[in-house]
Amino acid sequence: MNFDFSDDLNQLRDQARRYLAEHCTSKHVRSVLEGEKSYDGALWQGMADMGWLGAAIPEEYGGAGLGHEGLCIIAEELGRVAAPVPFTSSICLAAEAVMLAGNSEQKRRLLTGFAAGMHIGTLAWAEGSGNPRESSFTPRLVGGKLTGTKWPVPDGGSADLCVVAAQDEAGRPILALADLRAGGVTRTALETIDPARPQARIDFAGTPAEQLGAAGEGWALLQSVLDRAAVLIAFEQLGGATTCLEMATAYAQERYAFGRPIGGYQAIKHKLADVYIANELARSNAYYGAWALQTGAAELTLAASSARVSATEAYHLASKENIQTHGGMGFTWAADCHLYYRRSKLLGLTIGSAGYWKNRLVTELETRNAA
Amino acid sequence: MDFDDTNEEAAFRAEARAFLAANATLKSVAKPVSRGRHIRAEEITRAKEWQAKKYAAGFAGITWPKRWGGRELAPIYNVIYAQEEELYAVPRGVFEIGLGMCIPTMMAYATPEQLERFVGPALRGEEIWCQLFSEPAGGSDVAALRTRAERDGDDWIINGQKIWTSGAHYCDYGIIVTRSDPNVPKHAGLTFFFLDMKSPGVECRPIKQISGTSHFNEVFFTDVRVPDAQRLGAVGAGWKVSITTLMNERLAVGEVPRPDVEDLLALTRMIDVDGEPAIRNVAVREKIADWHCRTQGLKFTRFRTMTALSRGQTPGPENSIAKVVNASKLQDIASYGLDLMGAAGMVMDPELAPLHALFQEGLLFSPGLRIAGGTDEILRNIIAERVLNLPADIRVDKDKAFNQVAHGKR
Ligand SMILES: Cc1cc2nc3c(=O)[nH]c(=O)nc-3n(C[C@H](O)[C@H](O)[C@H](O)COP(=O)(O)OP(=O)(O)OC[C@H]3O[C@@H](n4cnc5c(N)ncnc54)[C@H](O)[C@@H]3O)c2cc1C
Repeated sequence: MNFDFSDDLNQLRDQARRYLAEHCTSKHVRSVLEGEKSYDGALWQGMADMGWLGAAIPEEYGGAGLGHEGLCIIAEELGRVAAPVPFTSSICLAAEAVMLAGNSEQKRRLLTGFAAGMHIGTLAWAEGSGNPRESSFTPRLVGGKLTGTKWPVPDGGSADLCVVAAQDEAGRPILALADLRAGGVTRTALETIDPARPQARIDFAGTPAEQLGAAGEGWALLQSVLDRAAVLIAFEQLGGATTCLEMATAYAQERYAFGRPIGGYQAIKHKLADVYIANELARSNAYYGAWALQTGAAELTLAASSARVSATEAYHLASKENIQTHGGMGFTWAADCHLYYRRSKLLGLTIGSAGYWKNRLVTELETRNAA
Repeated sequence: MDFDDTNEEAAFRAEARAFLAANATLKSVAKPVSRGRHIRAEEITRAKEWQAKKYAAGFAGITWPKRWGGRELAPIYNVIYAQEEELYAVPRGVFEIGLGMCIPTMMAYATPEQLERFVGPALRGEEIWCQLFSEPAGGSDVAALRTRAERDGDDWIINGQKIWTSGAHYCDYGIIVTRSDPNVPKHAGLTFFFLDMKSPGVECRPIKQISGTSHFNEVFFTDVRVPDAQRLGAVGAGWKVSITTLMNERLAVGEVPRPDVEDLLALTRMIDVDGEPAIRNVAVREKIADWHCRTQGLKFTRFRTMTALSRGQTPGPENSIAKVVNASKLQDIASYGLDLMGAAGMVMDPELAPLHALFQEGLLFSPGLRIAGGTDEILRNIIAERVLNLPADIRVDKDKAFNQVAHGKR
């Protein structure tokens, strides 16, 4: 039984935490949230230089080859500080899609750029309301040109490469890789609940694009990419939920009402105990996801779904009860509580909401049970 | 990360598997073992026989010292054995309190001669032990207990009443905490003993539970004479000894109580909602997923604790969440199962109710799990205070002499 990260990876965690404590304070998050920038470029470059972006990318493609467990650690630490960088989009979605579906030429051409932070990738599955659904993707790739519309696309304003859930000439589901720097692309920034992770609408009008993976496999590939991302994002969510509990606990120890710390009242104590319980369940499920992702286990879908559901619910609970514990102060722009409240909901929606993953989880249980 | 056994662990697991395969029958989802029905004499006999077999094969005191018939193995071996035994329908429960709490307390405080006399018979299943802590005056606040112990030469005379004592009616020995000095604050005036449940003056009256069965008792003490040699710990140090007992309670390897997710999956295939199997219904699927995440979350939390143990580290506090999550989950799953059955959910006849009335039994059993061994509220307090370092509740009785403290009518 060895169900925890190795000492080496825990050192990576310490290193990441120290770096982020200096380079990703709430001031940095706010400069993106309140300003014109769509991400913190200095932090992004720093992350690339430290080898974090390429943590799970094999060395032959310019990565650090630490495997997915290493990337899980990075994701958790970024989640703790609500980092304003396109990490989820570029690394957890686009780079994972290329590693999973790309041929060796595509991997060689694309992954180095992602690892170096030179290219920002993203993945566009949504077309307005709804969760991922088979045969629902309308953009068409015809003769190397993509036409159609996607929204919301995470970091769609800053990305230069976009993996698009689409169909080919024959109407078969495919993943297409579009070059957003080329012509025929209109990007419209969207007002969102968390401007520190911007979203865009992208209209493709004959945008140069190539196919990623086999024709007809698009839906299966998308699901596999989302499974992988679900584990990584679960760690990001877990990091955020952990920070929320720490903030709420610290405030409950310091803030006095009726002559004693509010943390002495059971309504607050039991609320925070419930947050602790949810966070620990989420952590344990996320670890199982990390194991499944790292080893390529057949249980990946089930593990990823459980990790996703647990982490989404834990982060939502922790972030809303953090505000509640802070009282009026928690509702202000000046307090940091809302950075996490926004992020928890954003991450909970970005690859399909909890309901979608619960359904996926039970479908897995059914097939496993039938086998 | 990996879930691999070491060579030694794998050998042990294989040995446990072989033992179980040769001596026990596998559990069946379709015909669960009833928990709600009465514990009858023949079930005690069956439990004793099983315990003796386990002992003979070396699976009774896996972590215990060799001199007491144990194997002196690390705690992870307990978990390995439990993982294997979980697949089998074996009589459980009768020895948990004795071997999990009473004998470990004895090991910390009893004399070598006493241990020589009592440990072996307990481990072999020949003698059963109970825990006499809770009283009408206090369960959560057990230190508010009032059962008196007064010194009389080489003996103590015990008078008073315990309550909710699991198994007292079939137990041979018990550990008891008493008030020896009511003139000092409550924690300072307690003294701890073990005693023969057949001593003159001990009377057990089974209490009928909401499930209709009687697993626990009121125990009355009228001038019960206990030799001072059976005192555990110093006079007035009973609270410290009690803590030893309660710490061991938290180390127990709990099994997943049923009905759980597997049972709900089975049920939702048997039952229709709106003309199709319940499992096709979106709301039903969401519930199944929620509980799956809790069950798995607890399982992997235990694995994290085991990993720390096997790395020689002190485990974090994460396992403190287990009972609180399990108890409510059980109650919620049982209740939801009945909802799905509609009006037939009322029917508890095992011939008619799905899965032999497992869900109905769960409904009536689960409230006890939220109370026994620390209530939901007390466990949340413990997490808040010990794990999150939040301030302790205000305790108005802490520094007052016990006989000056206010108490209610109940
Ligand atoms: C099935 C079963 C088996 C048991 N077996 C044994 C046994 O073998 N030996 C034994 O000694 N005992 C046993 N018990 C007793 C058990 O430990 C107590 O019932 C339990 O500790 C609660 O105590 P109480 O019943 O006095 O309830 P109370 O302590 O009176 O609690 C009543 C309510 O008040 C709440 N409450 C109490 N104090 C606080 C507080 N400080 N803050 C917030 N809420 C509070 C409780 O959470 C509960 O909801 C058993 C109980 C059950 C149900």
